Amino acid sequence: MSNQNRPQSPHFTIYRWPLSMTLSILHRMTGVALSVGLIALMVWLLAIASGETAYVELQGQVQTIYGRLLLIGWSFAFFFHLSNGVRHLVWDTGAGFEKSQAQISSYLVIISTVVLTLAYWLAL
Amino acid sequence: MSLRSPLGRVLGLGSAKDGTGHWWAQRVSSIGLLLLGTWFLLSLLQLESFTYPSVAAFVAEPWNAILMILMVGTIAYHSKLGIQVVIEDYVSGSALKISMLLLSSFAHVLVAFAAAYSILMISLGAGA
Repeated sequence: MSNQNRPQSPHFTIYRWPLSMTLSILHRMTGVALSVGLIALMVWLLAIASGETAYVELQGQVQTIYGRLLLIGWSFAFFFHLSNGVRHLVWDTGAGFEKSQAQISSYLVIISTVVLTLAYWLAL
Repeated sequence: MSLRSPLGRVLGLGSAKDGTGHWWAQRVSSIGLLLLGTWFLLSLLQLESFTYPSVAAFVAEPWNAILMILMVGTIAYHSKLGIQVVIEDYVSGSALKISMLLLSSFAHVLVAFAAAYSILMISLGAGA
């Protein structure tokens, strides 16, 4: 099954790029990012368990511009994955599959992600 | 006339040799994370500060420790299911694919246990 010359069916490059495709890719990318975030959560817990010295050292890293950017990125990824995840759960009931509905829910996910991320950092 | 055996029909397994188990587990864990993740982020908002005493006291609280262990376990499970699909989709060649799937499974269990053990250390150490 390694014939490279077989004709291929029209792939995504042939279609006008729909918004829902971007969100689909983002869902997977944010999922992978959040898996890395679990490692960060583990490091945070290990630092607390190791005592004040280790925790203060980690806090120093978190306070840097890179640390803050990572945290903001992870919070964005979390709220996106959460919002789009709820969209998937709605789809699982069989609802919302019409093109126009998918377009509307795409916008709702984007709005929800931005609002939740901003609101969280303002409240913190 | 169906050629499927009654057992095959009951198990619901097709030629993929896999049923809806993975899909279902992903949904159930996602609803768990919806609840646990929201609880955790709201709890962090209520912390008075992120200094060591404040953070350690939060984790040491019994219900916080219990919910955090559940959260870490559920994240690891949900993440393991998700990363598994990513590997299955993008890695070709069964030797490499199986190696990466094994590595991912072990890594997820390791991270989950390290996080849970840390929570227990913080929580149980605080009472001593």
